[in-house]
Amino acid sequence: MKRFAQLLELLALTPSRTRKLAALTQYFRAVPDPDRGYALAVLTGALTFRNVKPALLKDIVLAEVDPTLFAMSYDYVGDLGETIALIWPHHGEQSDLPSLTELIELFNTTSKSELPKLIAALLTRAGINERWALVKLATGALRIGVSARLAKTALSEMSGVDLQEIEEVWHGLKLPYTELFAWLDGKAGRPDIDQSQRFHPLMLSNPIDEEKDLAKLDPKDFAAEWKWDGIRVQLVLGGGSVSLFSRTGDDIAAAFPDIVDNVQGLAVLDGELLVGRDFEPGSFNDLQQRLNKKVASAKHLKDSPAFIRVYDMLFDAREDIRPLGWSERRARLEAWFQANPQTRLDLSEVLPFANWDDLARQRRQGADEHGHEGVMVKLRTAPYVPGRPKGFWYKWKRDPNVVDAVLMYAQRGHGKRSSFYSDYTFGVWKGNEIVPIGKAYFGFTDEELKLLDKWVRANTIQAFGPVREVKKELVFEVAFDSAQESTRHKSGVALRFPRINRIRWDKPASEAATLEDMAVFVAAS
Amino acid sequence: MASQILDRNLHIKAIDCYIDPAVPRARAIITHGHADHARSGHEAVLATPDTIAIMKTRYGEDCAGRFEALDFGVPLVIDDVTVTLFPAGHILGSAQVLIEQGGQRVVVTGDYKRLPDRTAQPFELVECDLLVTEATFGLPVFQHPRPQDEIARLLASVSANPERAHLVGCYALGKAQRVIGLLRDAGWDRPIYLHGAMLRLCALYEELGVPLGDLRPALDVPKAELAGQIVIAPPSAIRDRWSRRFPDPVTCQASGWMSVKQRARQALVELPLVISDHCDWGELQQTIRETAAETVWVTHGREDALVYWCRTQGLDAEPLNIQGFEDDGGEGEE
Repeated sequence: MKRFAQLLELLALTPSRTRKLAALTQYFRAVPDPDRGYALAVLTGALTFRNVKPALLKDIVLAEVDPTLFAMSYDYVGDLGETIALIWPHHGEQSDLPSLTELIELFNTTSKSELPKLIAALLTRAGINERWALVKLATGALRIGVSARLAKTALSEMSGVDLQEIEEVWHGLKLPYTELFAWLDGKAGRPDIDQSQRFHPLMLSNPIDEEKDLAKLDPKDFAAEWKWDGIRVQLVLGGGSVSLFSRTGDDIAAAFPDIVDNVQGLAVLDGELLVGRDFEPGSFNDLQQRLNKKVASAKHLKDSPAFIRVYDMLFDAREDIRPLGWSERRARLEAWFQANPQTRLDLSEVLPFANWDDLARQRRQGADEHGHEGVMVKLRTAPYVPGRPKGFWYKWKRDPNVVDAVLMYAQRGHGKRSSFYSDYTFGVWKGNEIVPIGKAYFGFTDEELKLLDKWVRANTIQAFGPVREVKKELVFEVAFDSAQESTRHKSGVALRFPRINRIRWDKPASEAATLEDMAVFVAAS
Repeated sequence: MASQILDRNLHIKAIDCYIDPAVPRARAIITHGHADHARSGHEAVLATPDTIAIMKTRYGEDCAGRFEALDFGVPLVIDDVTVTLFPAGHILGSAQVLIEQGGQRVVVTGDYKRLPDRTAQPFELVECDLLVTEATFGLPVFQHPRPQDEIARLLASVSANPERAHLVGCYALGKAQRVIGLLRDAGWDRPIYLHGAMLRLCALYEELGVPLGDLRPALDVPKAELAGQIVIAPPSAIRDRWSRRFPDPVTCQASGWMSVKQRARQALVELPLVISDHCDWGELQQTIRETAAETVWVTHGREDALVYWCRTQGLDAEPLNIQGFEDDGGEGEE
């Protein structure tokens, strides 16, 4: 456990991605099975315990610490696991904790009534760092800034096996990943997994460059569809079983029983999850409400039914059709819909267009009249390739909306920007005050960043921890995709994909936009 | 009653004198040289000789109308009031103030710690009826580790990363010299490099008889020469433009706050060193018990938790909300 605790601490405190990767790689190389496999499970969030939960840990501590003092401490620290690790009042003869594997076995095999005693004894004998790691392990909330993707990237770097190949097998693997490590170490072949019944990494698109790309591309080689403003999902239909995955491979089936319980067939489909009646999508906000719930409520199911607009097919029955071109896959998909009538799935429409100007016109019209995000343009002969291959799929977004907003707060960035004020909160006028409408941290060059950093330092009026409030004098032209009503923001408005389009050094803050100006954008979406 | 001697603004009524006042006063007793306790502009200042030297170095020779130096343990009798200063162990010259009148004893601790520190006179326990204690780390989550162990972690990181410079964020007064002293005790005899803000106060400590070894300004040292070296700088500088001159620096910070990893993470500190010049929760409790005070006033920090605990012990306790000392959520000078 000591080694794992050291790894967690290093990952939590090292801002550099490169260094995190190096630490992970070193760990996976040096630590034997099954410890490293369990560590991987902890880091990727794949490990849960039946009886060891945050509430149990809290009860164990409250048996030893005055509840009022605990509440005051939790309020100060802000992280339950860390509060428990710091406040634990008993410190016996310190000794190393059992190995990660032994701990996990203890958690899984100890009876519910014996667990409090076991965990209390472990907390007492652990040094502070191991205690912290132990509580993180037991509560399941790491909060150390490591994604599953980063852990897998480390596996790829360690073994030289392509990350994509690891992703391919990942969702069929079992704890503690001994098969996986044997393969990565070159001691065994690739794990044999039923390819049709698990998550497959998605194919992603590149933004179109109107000036460069359109002249080179022949419209006859491409098909177009609307770009939908929902969330990308993969639906795995097992002829009886159904899984629904987000774009990162998280299983979100529990939040969408209205889909899962009402689809049938044997296939792996790619599409956009939307909410609305009769296949008429509502706002992203409605969808967001449902996404925020791990389990759907009856009210949501009734008011915001979900459906999937399907635009691709990866497996037809058990046949992997990803190597086929888009046109063939589309034909298979249409035939599948004929054979398997659906109430919660529909086909994404293919838009006929004569030439790029024609498509540009349709794109504008779709944006103005229906709030469509833009169009997708897909090469008819392109196979389905996970990742973001060049030249196959393009997204052609509608022109962004822009608004002149005033810089309000700045915060330091991370990594190579760590000493620069690079995260900006901006707002618009509401009467005589400025209210925040969003936050952006890209859209400017490194040179501009230096100037902005200097401006922030010279114009700070107050500092709250890492955040500086600045004089309300600098205007940004902010580009964004759409605006929505929001109860979370004081202004009542939230922007989608805001970025700094231009810095208006020349423009006085008094000429920035007002909240009333924002109303047209909200109405359009 | 002891609370007749001193009011809640730390004003000793009989002699019209304030302890660590936030605004200029005719008469002030200054417990120690940190900026939230020692301010310039008082007419008369009573303090230890070391504190007076620190104030003059930080604010100028004429930062008070006049100074009166009082050595530790020497009673000063003014009318029917006796004032005595005792070491607080916080930084060089830091004092607790004992006020005696009519057989009642009041102690104002100022900031204090109880662990040994060779850059400060060691804390002495003073029994009293009314104790006015600080509570900077007045929550049970604060259980400071041994400072030697923290220094060992720093040195282990230095030897594991010989190509990188270690930048240790420390307050310029007190913490910087303590960390240097701890490094010397741990056998680190190489030069220690200093940010410009550290130079004067380190020189003063040496003049006052605290040897700190080979100290050099970090300014103008070629970048490559600083690989594998330790540099001491104010916390604000280690994450700022100033740090860009060092080879791939490991940002460290020496502070009691560093026990909370999420805080260290937010502050972009890669190697947090939990080295505090204040008591932790256990030491605050121990001190309150040992002074045998029946009344406890709590100030400077997380008063609520300590007041709550005192009351569970049957003590008469209350928080002081002294003007100029409101907790702004900031994590002040240590």
